[in-house]
Amino acid sequence: MTRLRLRGVALHAVLVLALLVFLLPFVWTVIMASNTTADIYRFPPKFTFGSHFGDNVRQVLDNVAFFQSMANTATVAISTTVLVLFFDSLAAFTFAKFRFPGRNALFVVLLATMLLPAQLGAVPQFQTMALLGWVGSLKALIIPGAANAFGIFWMRQYFKNSIHNELVEAATLDGCGFFGTYWHVALPSARPALAFLGLFTFVGSWNDYMWPLIVLTNPDHLTLQVALSTLNRSHGVDYSMVMTGALMAMVPLVIIFAIFARQFIKGATEGAVRG
Amino acid sequence: MTGTATAPAPTTGPLTGSPAGQRPTRRIWSYWRFYLALSPFYLLFAVFGLYPMLSTIVLAFQRWDGLTPRRFNGLDNFRFLVQDPTFWLSLQNTVVLFLMSTVPTLVLALVLAVMLQSAVRFTNVYRIAYFIPNVTSLVAMAIFFSSIFSTNFGLVNAALRSLGIPQQDWLGQPWGIKIAISTMIVWQWVGYNTLIYLAGLQAIPKDQYEAAKVDGAGAVRTFFSITLPQLRPVVLFTVIMSTIGGLQTFTEPQVMVGNSGGTGQSGMTVVLFFYRAAFLDNDYGYAAAIALSIFALVLLFTAINWRIFRGRGEDR
Repeated sequence: MTRLRLRGVALHAVLVLALLVFLLPFVWTVIMASNTTADIYRFPPKFTFGSHFGDNVRQVLDNVAFFQSMANTATVAISTTVLVLFFDSLAAFTFAKFRFPGRNALFVVLLATMLLPAQLGAVPQFQTMALLGWVGSLKALIIPGAANAFGIFWMRQYFKNSIHNELVEAATLDGCGFFGTYWHVALPSARPALAFLGLFTFVGSWNDYMWPLIVLTNPDHLTLQVALSTLNRSHGVDYSMVMTGALMAMVPLVIIFAIFARQFIKGATEGAVRG
Repeated sequence: MTGTATAPAPTTGPLTGSPAGQRPTRRIWSYWRFYLALSPFYLLFAVFGLYPMLSTIVLAFQRWDGLTPRRFNGLDNFRFLVQDPTFWLSLQNTVVLFLMSTVPTLVLALVLAVMLQSAVRFTNVYRIAYFIPNVTSLVAMAIFFSSIFSTNFGLVNAALRSLGIPQQDWLGQPWGIKIAISTMIVWQWVGYNTLIYLAGLQAIPKDQYEAAKVDGAGAVRTFFSITLPQLRPVVLFTVIMSTIGGLQTFTEPQVMVGNSGGTGQSGMTVVLFFYRAAFLDNDYGYAAAIALSIFALVLLFTAINWRIFRGRGEDR
């Protein structure tokens, strides 16, 4: 029995060590953000929380349009998520529950699109944005990402397995019509799947970097990630200030993740195992 | 097969689209609702996915700086590409970084997953904590990792110094840059892959383990003769995802060592190389040729992965 218990202790010791390694960067970020750069830059460095967080925040606000960038990021992430949830679930419901000419061909095309690395088309994409007059505008981030193959594929699996045809038929008989059935029957029953897809889209959009870096040409009108990278490039030596910016940029997302962590992890892992 | 009333008992297969009572002969436009429902994705894909892809193929055979008219120049872009040492260096860097980050990531993830599976308590705490790095902003974390690897004051050098080891100029030398970048990638992806493997482990039928136990197989034998083979599809999935992600590494080097790729261009990945050609040098035709090569590279690597993991599976 003692041998078994010892093994259990060793097991958890390793698991806790890994946990600390995963969480250490966050703690260290907070330590850096609450001290002065000089405190971090000495040997041995200061390992305790300091009292300069307020000063650092003020400096960040002086150096970048932080709230503007945060508002831009939130606008992009929320709009993208809402559009993706609507367009993807509507298409997924159609694929999952109805038969019509060309359905299979369209679905194969949808799967094939997932193989194309979108960022490699960045040059013509940029030209298209220039033609549309969207360069520098948030539209250039929201519209191209408003529907995606992954979400449709994922939601379709859910609709196929979770909604009975009888339900769809009954709704149709009640005079709901196609869009009414989608709205009143399909959507409410897909909440868990929508929750995962929504979080996944939101996180991806919030953290997106390369395309915003390319297309947001106005330095006063950036997303958080681009603003943060700019701050790092121009004030890289002032670590405590830059880390304060980094902390401020990731806190909203960490909070959102903490709230929905279980649904998110469930969604993210079960797809891989099923497929 | 029209009319909805044909479906028997509870089923979940596709329904025919017609509202009840409609006549069986239907013209294609009577399905307009479905096509309308599907149209957003296909329209967006056509404009922002397919057109740029096709346009990139054409552009790869042209010379264009965005201002003067485009001019066809045959295979010049590709000819220049194969003679460009930076291209070969970026390919090498990308593959080295991919190996330096993916191999430790997947091995550590597998070890942690096996341990996590036998842990009874606190599993949810572990799962959530392990997953957090994966949803954290790449830019913020790249800044964080460049700070801990910084020369004079970084946490890594402070640790070395307290052990009496001379400090290193991590971000100022080629191997240091690679170590810093791959450390960050490992940190960000171990947890995600751990949870994928854990889900895979939990899906392995228990009776197989019991049979092995009856046969007197030890823990190590059981792992190699049951766990690993059963886990093969999941491993394939993680390898393919890591390959696709790894070959497109951009944010980490761009934020940590800048557009130049750092000392000796050690952080110059193929996507950073593409970004530079396109958006810093405005050499669009050349950038398109690079983009096509990256695409070919991703396909090649995916095919190799597929062969290694699927091919052997079928032999058995």
